[in-house]
This record gives sequence, C-alpha cells and structure tokens, in this order.
Amino acid sequence: MKNKECVAMLLAGGQGTRLKSLTKQIAKPAVYFGGKYRIIDFPLSNCTNSGIDTVGVLTQYEPLILNDYIGIGDTWDLDRKYGGVSVLPPFMQAEGGGWYTGTANAIYRNLKFLNQYEPEHVLVLSGDHIYKMDYGAMLDYHKGSGADATISVIEVPWDDASRFGIMNTDGEGRITEFDEKPANPKSNLASMGVYIFRWDVLKQYLIEDAEKENSSHDFGKDIIPALLYDYKKLMAYTFEGYWKDVGTIDSLWEANMDLLKREPELDLNDSKWRIYSKNPNQPPQYIAPTAHVRNALINEGCRIKGSVDTSIIFYGVHVDESSVVKDSVIMPDVKIGKNVKIHRAIISKGSVIEDGAVIGDPSPDSEITLVADEGSVLATSYATNS
Amino acid sequence: MDRIAGIINLDHEQDMLDELTYFRCGAAVPFGGRYRMIDFAISNMTNSRIESVAVFARRKYRSLMDHLEQGKAWDLDRKRGGLFILPPDWNDPTDISRGDLQHFHNNIDFINRTLANYIVVSGSQHICNINYQDVLQEHKSSGADVTVIYKKVDELYPEHQRAHKLDVDENNRVTAIHNDHSNKNVYMDMYIIEKDLLYNLIEKCIAHGCSHFFLDGIKAQLPEINIHAYEYHGGHALVNSVESYYRNSAKLLNPEEHDELFKDDAPVFTKIKNEAPSNYTVTSNVSNTMVANGCVIEGHVEDSILFRGVKVAEGAVIKNSIIMQRCEIDSNAVLENVILDKDCNISNGKTLIGAPEKPYVVAKRRTM
Repeated sequence: MKNKECVAMLLAGGQGTRLKSLTKQIAKPAVYFGGKYRIIDFPLSNCTNSGIDTVGVLTQYEPLILNDYIGIGDTWDLDRKYGGVSVLPPFMQAEGGGWYTGTANAIYRNLKFLNQYEPEHVLVLSGDHIYKMDYGAMLDYHKGSGADATISVIEVPWDDASRFGIMNTDGEGRITEFDEKPANPKSNLASMGVYIFRWDVLKQYLIEDAEKENSSHDFGKDIIPALLYDYKKLMAYTFEGYWKDVGTIDSLWEANMDLLKREPELDLNDSKWRIYSKNPNQPPQYIAPTAHVRNALINEGCRIKGSVDTSIIFYGVHVDESSVVKDSVIMPDVKIGKNVKIHRAIISKGSVIEDGAVIGDPSPDSEITLVADEGSVLATSYATNS
Repeated sequence: MDRIAGIINLDHEQDMLDELTYFRCGAAVPFGGRYRMIDFAISNMTNSRIESVAVFARRKYRSLMDHLEQGKAWDLDRKRGGLFILPPDWNDPTDISRGDLQHFHNNIDFINRTLANYIVVSGSQHICNINYQDVLQEHKSSGADVTVIYKKVDELYPEHQRAHKLDVDENNRVTAIHNDHSNKNVYMDMYIIEKDLLYNLIEKCIAHGCSHFFLDGIKAQLPEINIHAYEYHGGHALVNSVESYYRNSAKLLNPEEHDELFKDDAPVFTKIKNEAPSNYTVTSNVSNTMVANGCVIEGHVEDSILFRGVKVAEGAVIKNSIIMQRCEIDSNAVLENVILDKDCNISNGKTLIGAPEKPYVVAKRRTM
C-alpha cells in the first residue's frame, strides 16, 4: 500500500476532572456541546474537511461511550478501505503493558500503528477544544518551512497569557523558547495543542524519551523541550479564528453561549465546513402555541411548550408549559416539567426536572449550576425506556 | 425462522401533487419537515427486521435515487440483501408482460434469490407506522393465502376516493374489494404473501396478459384465493393530492397525531444532512410550528412546517404554510396557506396568500 502523507493521532483519553460529574462516566472528548455535537466531533470533522483520512484515536478513561460513538468512523466519513479511524486503547504485549502514562507515551506505544502507514508527518490533536481549523493549510506551512515540528498557536489576550503554554518566536516564526504557564510572558502566542511532526524526527525523540526514567512522557513537558534543546527547527503556525478550551464548567457554558451571539465567531451553518455528528434519528422539533422562544439553538426531537431564552437545547428535550429556561444548556433527552425555572445552568443528559423545580441563580455573575448527579431533589435520573 | 423481504411498488402511483411532482415522483416528495414520502414505507420495513427491499420505480426517479443512495440511512447497506432501486431498464426480447407485471417479471431474480419466505408489497402514499412482523403472525394464524392491510378511517376525505375499500366478514376474511365511496375500510396498498405463491401468481398473470398484479392477480381471484384483512390501528395519512398533502401535514402539528407516527421504538429514518441545530434569534416569534434543523428564524412563524435549512428574515410573516428545504424568506414577505418547494426565494415585501382549502404551491427553485 502507498504510504500516507499525514496521519492524525487524537489524544482522547483525558478524564476532564474539572468538568466534575459531567465526566463521571464519559471521557471528556465525549462531552456534549452546541446542541448537537460532542467535543470530539470538532477535531474529527476538521480532519475530514482537511483531507486527512487516517486518524488514530487514543482512548483510556471511560472508553465505552467513546468507542461506541466513534464506531467505524462513518459519521465523519472516516470509514475507509485503507486508513480511516482506529480506536487505540492501551494494550498488553509479550513484555508487559499498562496504562498510557502521558501524551507522548500514548503515541510511543502505538509506533506499530503509525509504522504501518509510513507517514511523512504526524498530526497530534487533543480532544479538548472547540474550533474549526484547516489542518491541510498548517501542513502546507509545515512542509514549506522545512520544519521538524510545527506548533499551532493563537494570540491570546496578554492578561490571560500566563494561563497557557506560551511560544516565544523569532522574526521568522521560529520557536526559540517554550514557557509553560509563565508568570511574566514574553509573548502572547499560546499553544493550541495541535502539533505536526516529521515522523522520522518524532519517532526518534519518542524512543529516546521512553528510555528516560524521570520523564513524564508528555509532549509539552518533555518532547517539545527536548527538540528545542537540540536546536531542531520548530515553527509556530498562527491560527486565526474561534478556539476555545472547554475544560471547565464555566468555559463549557461560555462556549455554548458564544454560539448565541448575533454574529457567532464559530459558524455551525457553514456548508463548506460541516461539523459532522452522529444522528439520533428524531423528528423535527415542535414549538407549541404556548411557547416563547428567543435567542436559542434547538435540535430535533424537542418539544417546547414553555419559555426558552438564550439557551442551547439538545435533541429530545421536552420543556413543559409555564417553565422558563434562560441562559442555560440542556443536554439530550432532558424532560422538564411544568412551572420549572432554570437559570444559568447545565443540565446533563437524561435528567428529569420535576414540576415546580427551581435551578440556578439568575443574577448575572453567579456561578453556573450543574445538574448531573442522580437522585437529587430536583432532578432524578431518567431511564429512556420508562 | 421466517424472513420477510420487501417490495415498494411505485408503478401505479400517479404523480398527482401538481408542482411538487413536476420533477419527482410522489414517493420522493418531501413530507413532515425532514422526510420524503418513501421514508415511512422503508422505515416500516427496517423496523420490521426486513433486510432486503426492492423499489420498483417507473418514472421521475432521479430525486428518489439521490435520496435513497445505498440505503445506509435505513440500515439497508447490507452484504446480504439490502436496498435495490429498480428502474425500468428491461431488455428481455421474450418479455410479454405489461403494466407492473413488467416489474415483477424483469426483477423476478429479486424474488427468486431472496432468502425470505414471505414478501411484503407496499406503496408509498399511505403514511403509517406499522410492524409487518405483527402482520405476519396474524397472516400465518389465519391460514390465508394473502393478507391485505387496511385502516378503518373515521371520516372519508376526497383522497380516499381513489383508494380501494374492503368488505370484511366477522372472521376478518375479505369478501369484496371495490371502490364504494361510503366504505370506510380503506385498503392501504400493502399486503403480505408467501414467496412461492407470489411467484406462481405472477406467472399466471403474465400468461393471461394482465397488467396490474394486485387487481388481476389477487382482487380478481376472489373468492378462489383466501384473502385475510389485517386492521391497522395506528396513525395514518393517505397523501395523493396537494389537498391531502397539505391537510395531513398540518395534522403533524397535533402532538397526539404526531406521536402516532413517530415512535421511539420505531423511528422514521431519513437521509442525514448534518445541519446545525436551528437558530431562533432575539426577534423570532414562533408558535405551533414544526422546525427541522439548520433553520435560521428571525421572523414570525405560526401553524407551519419548516424543512431543513430554511431562513426567515426579520419582519417576515409565515402562517399555515409548508416551507421546504433551503428556502429563503426575505424581510416583510408575507406567506399564508402556501407550500414552497425546495430552494425558493421570496423577496422583500412579497405577499403570497392561498386559500385554506387550496394552498398556493410554488415549484422548486422559484424566485418571487
């Protein structure tokens, strides 16, 4: 078989502990976003739209839903005869095995997977971010500059720069220094966790890193610094557009609310750059005569009889009469009874909100309420066949 | 184990939906916000564990083929069986068959080769949610040669005039099939029959120069063959005219009627379009309306159905209308009792008003 020019490796094993009980039973990349999607739909759709047809998805934490969701990859047109999507969990070998101990270790342990395609370049992605990006354009830049590695960066506000991994560059965009969360940042170019490596270079560094006992086997902490130490050519590729880490309840809520702005930076209706997602086969949504809907994204299978304002409603949600949903994210199959008030909340999949419940604090800067635990007074777990 | 194969026979279906069937057959007409008429017939088969489905297409099937693709949306992209779209391309010089028997004759391999021992034949005009496994059980226990499916309608509408009606005795045996306009037992263009018997009846029909398999091969054989009647009790709509299309579409806005057709355990499948959720802006005002995904609504919509990707600008008013895929309604346009086919553009300030019993139909891709 012909070798592949570029193979993507998507790190999807993260637990996402800062998403609290939303990720109690699912991996972070499987978390819902935007009324229809899971986070992983974004990098996978970006791959397909960028012409990258071979993707390894590295899973570890709570992989059941992610495995089922990815399937053979047909959702993203990644069911290919040669290549396509492969789910790569940790595995045992004759000499032993065990969990992936870091992001670099996860790739190192799948050298065989990569070797079978003999790629020239490897694209490393994470399953934590919401963005639309043409990896093909980044690959062109990477090849054109003759870099050993190219790291995608985005300009962040200077005040926020100390929260990110910051790349310091020379006038030509060559990375001279990498500062992880610097107290006094020298640049505002933050790493997006999107890397392209020449495979021969990456392979050598992964093998060397694997032998270092004190390494944490992490791209940011070990591989990138080692490449810089050896004066390898690392280039920064500046991405312009919407990019958001949805690692916390607040940022997940904010990213959802960003979609409701008058001209949202992230256009989900762009037919040239579709975000693909598994389809739940539900009938169209129904807006009842008693409903008031304004400034909302609503998906199929919903039945809205109450008021929905500035909210994101996933598929199969029912909002009964005289209920108010405002500034909130309602995940799939949530059933909201009558006279319920929900403000500034994220309600997780399948919750049942009983009549008269009051959830969340309407005051503008209040904390976002998360309803995800089973058996709470206001919300009880909803069994789909009950 | 009994297995059922399906045939969707579109051969005798007339394209009676005026502008909506100028460019497509009735089976390919969009219905219910995100579906095509044929989705209901095929989904019923998928939900009844039918894994082999043939579609007898006669004319204007380009849109139908585009929609059905390889049958993936209905889980019919199978190694064994699957979906067969069979247009009329026949080159048998010894062929003497006529009418829909041309289809049965020239596609006899589908019937011969299937592993199924029963065949369900259905049209596309009767929208319903039926399980053919239930029909098969009743068929077998009745000992009949053929089981036909009917709906006892509460009220007869003009569209029922073109449907056949059944006289049924106390044992649910069919005693007559006719066009009596006062009979409420509406035959739903669906029957189940054992494969071998179907094969024999086809041969017999062709030898006798018949041109309509159901009328000549089954109806005309009464009472020599034993026909059992299966009464279907669920939601039903017969769509064979613009008026019936419009009235039955509006029925979907009633949650009870809606739930009779759309069930969690027997979903209606259709081609996936990967549209984003629909966007209701701050200026939108939507009431009693069914909305598919990918719409952007800034204006006023009531008692209507919006298909996927419809844009309604601020100040536009839509009432009692059906707006198909990707139509764009500019600001201050007024639409009432209108059916817009796909890709229409209604420009700023334009007013289109139809009669409640006779909607104004705009053909595909018009700009007004």
